[in-house]
Amino acid sequence: MSDSIAIELCDVVKRFGDVVAVDHVNLQIRDGEFFSLLGPSGCGKTSTLRMIAGFELPTAGSILIHGREMGITPPHLRPVNTVFQSYALFPHMTVAQNVAFGLEMRKTPKAEIARQVKEALELVRLSGLEDRRPRQLSGGQQQRVALARALVNHPEVLLLDEPLGALDQKLRKEMQLELKSLQARVGITFVFVTHDQEEALTMSDRIAVMNKGKLLQVGTPTEIYERPNCRFVADFIGETNFIDGVVIGRDGNYTVLETPEGLRLRGLAARPLSDGTAVTYSIRPEKVRLLAPNGELPPNGLAGTVMTVNYIGSDTRITVRINDQRTIDIWEQNTRSTLDRDEYWQPGEAAVIVCPPDNALVLSE
Amino acid sequence: MATIQQQQQRRDRIRLALLLTPGLLWLLLFFALPLVIIFLYSFMTNDALGRVVYEPTLNNYITIFTQSLYVNAYWRSIWTSVLTTVICLLIGYPLAVFIARSPQQWRMPLLMLILIPFWTNFLVRIYAWQIILANNGIINSFLEIIGIGRLTLLNTEGATLIGLIYGELPFMVLPLYAAIDRFDFTLMEAAADLGANKVQAFLRIMLPMTMPGIVAGSVLVFIPTLGQFVVSELLGGAKVDYLGNLIQRLFLRANPINWPLGSAMAVLMMLVLLVLIMMYFRVTSEEER
Ligand SMILES: Nc1ncnc2c1ncn2[C@@H]1O[C@H](COP(=O)(O)OP(=O)(O)OP(=O)(O)O)[C@@H](O)[C@H]1O
Ligand SMILES: [Mg+2]
Repeated sequence: MSDSIAIELCDVVKRFGDVVAVDHVNLQIRDGEFFSLLGPSGCGKTSTLRMIAGFELPTAGSILIHGREMGITPPHLRPVNTVFQSYALFPHMTVAQNVAFGLEMRKTPKAEIARQVKEALELVRLSGLEDRRPRQLSGGQQQRVALARALVNHPEVLLLDEPLGALDQKLRKEMQLELKSLQARVGITFVFVTHDQEEALTMSDRIAVMNKGKLLQVGTPTEIYERPNCRFVADFIGETNFIDGVVIGRDGNYTVLETPEGLRLRGLAARPLSDGTAVTYSIRPEKVRLLAPNGELPPNGLAGTVMTVNYIGSDTRITVRINDQRTIDIWEQNTRSTLDRDEYWQPGEAAVIVCPPDNALVLSE
Repeated sequence: MATIQQQQQRRDRIRLALLLTPGLLWLLLFFALPLVIIFLYSFMTNDALGRVVYEPTLNNYITIFTQSLYVNAYWRSIWTSVLTTVICLLIGYPLAVFIARSPQQWRMPLLMLILIPFWTNFLVRIYAWQIILANNGIINSFLEIIGIGRLTLLNTEGATLIGLIYGELPFMVLPLYAAIDRFDFTLMEAAADLGANKVQAFLRIMLPMTMPGIVAGSVLVFIPTLGQFVVSELLGGAKVDYLGNLIQRLFLRANPINWPLGSAMAVLMMLVLLVLIMMYFRVTSEEER
């Protein structure tokens, strides 16, 4: 992976009438990386992708592909290819003709087309299906044809709009791994749109999280999960416990907040926050410790009562009530194999929750 | 003992026969039988009083192939039908695309606009065209005002063509709309994405995929145009003979009337249609491949 920039969005805005689909987005996608655009439905992922492909033009701002300003360049002259969510295979053509289409448009010699089509179909493991029509293929196979049809052109960037959305769960998992390894082999920059956070975390080198047309955070999967920069990202990616409060001071590296009912908690803040700032404390369920009470409360500990205990195999998911208004979710990994129910937490038991301050975040928005 | 499946199949067959019988009878009585009669008449002789004499002969066909009156009528009708079909296609295709690409709530009203003329009798509408095209008609009045002066529009072959296109256009637009409405325009984006410009994308993707609509529309326009006689009489002024005019005259108004010759013309017209449509299907199905 080199450090040169494949795609750059500079202050891109896209408006449809009154709707601001993409709102002042600045973004740099590096050469050869697997980059995901992640966000809830309607946040502007598809619009962003379509502007890169040239199907839509930005209302304002500019898009650069390998440093070249795209301006009003029409789609057929852009060095990118798209894998559509609906695949958009040409139904009246065979698999081979579909894959050959892009090469024919670029006037590649016949023999060369045949060779490259064969190669591309091998790449996506579809050899032998050359003469089938798209409707004679399964969803997964159609997906592969769409991939081959795009990759055969050796685009500088491949754009994929929820390409796995139409597949069932099992096939989806398989294709995730396959796509990832395919990307590593061909070395082409992938821009991958999804609203599935798990998919984005598994596949991406870097993720951009969007909401309501705005770009909220760009980072590696670990950065996005472990250091979300705002409440939306923390909430959207994985599960988390939120506790609202105001900053009352600092304690070494940690920022201290107080909840309305007077609980004091410490955690990491991305930047110094002045006293009185309204903040949200965020700690993920697997990072909370649950201890048996033994007199004194440990630092950053809260006393509570176990409410529900759900055994789900790998984990046990426990809800603990702190006070009348507040509960905390805790996931404990079942590291020991035992049938003895007494070994597990029981509803009604008194317990102490510890939020290790290094694992907790103080989010200011 | 028949298996359940065999019993089921037998019952299905009986049901099918029952369902098809009325239609088959209808077709036999009112379609096949008249065709057979026409076919037989075409080989009969006509006497001086216009009565059919049951004397087999090939003279009717020989007349048609040797007299320029008839040969010309065939060429004129074929040429006019081709022209009408092509122009209807050229006007109808963009129109159908426009309707299919309009916002959902506009499509039905727009289609209704195409259909509204059918609420009025065809003859009445053709008479309306007389008023439009007449020497002191709407167009000429306008031309005079802007200083171009009056032109002879009515009672020309051009007027016939205009009337035919006007009358047949809906039959072209409707099947085209049906085909284009089903067409997924994402495919055009996919083609553009793969490096096709607009023309290439149209020729390689949209044209072959909407070919069934083009074929259906063309056939629907071509067939009635080939045999028409009303438009050429009312707008063309019956100055030149089209197939339909000759056949109509031979059957009803000639002195003496000549059913055998008229039948021979009708039989040949069907042959021409058959051959042309088969050629058309051959060409368009190749296009589709
Ligand atoms: N052609 C259009 N005309 C009008 N509004 C549009 C158009 N395309 C998108 N929008 C609006 O822009 C916003 C963003 O749409 P976009 O399709 O980019 O979202 P998305 O993130 O891809 O969502 P999803 O996950 O549902 O596909 C939405 O509010 C949508 O309604
Ligand atoms: Mg989308």
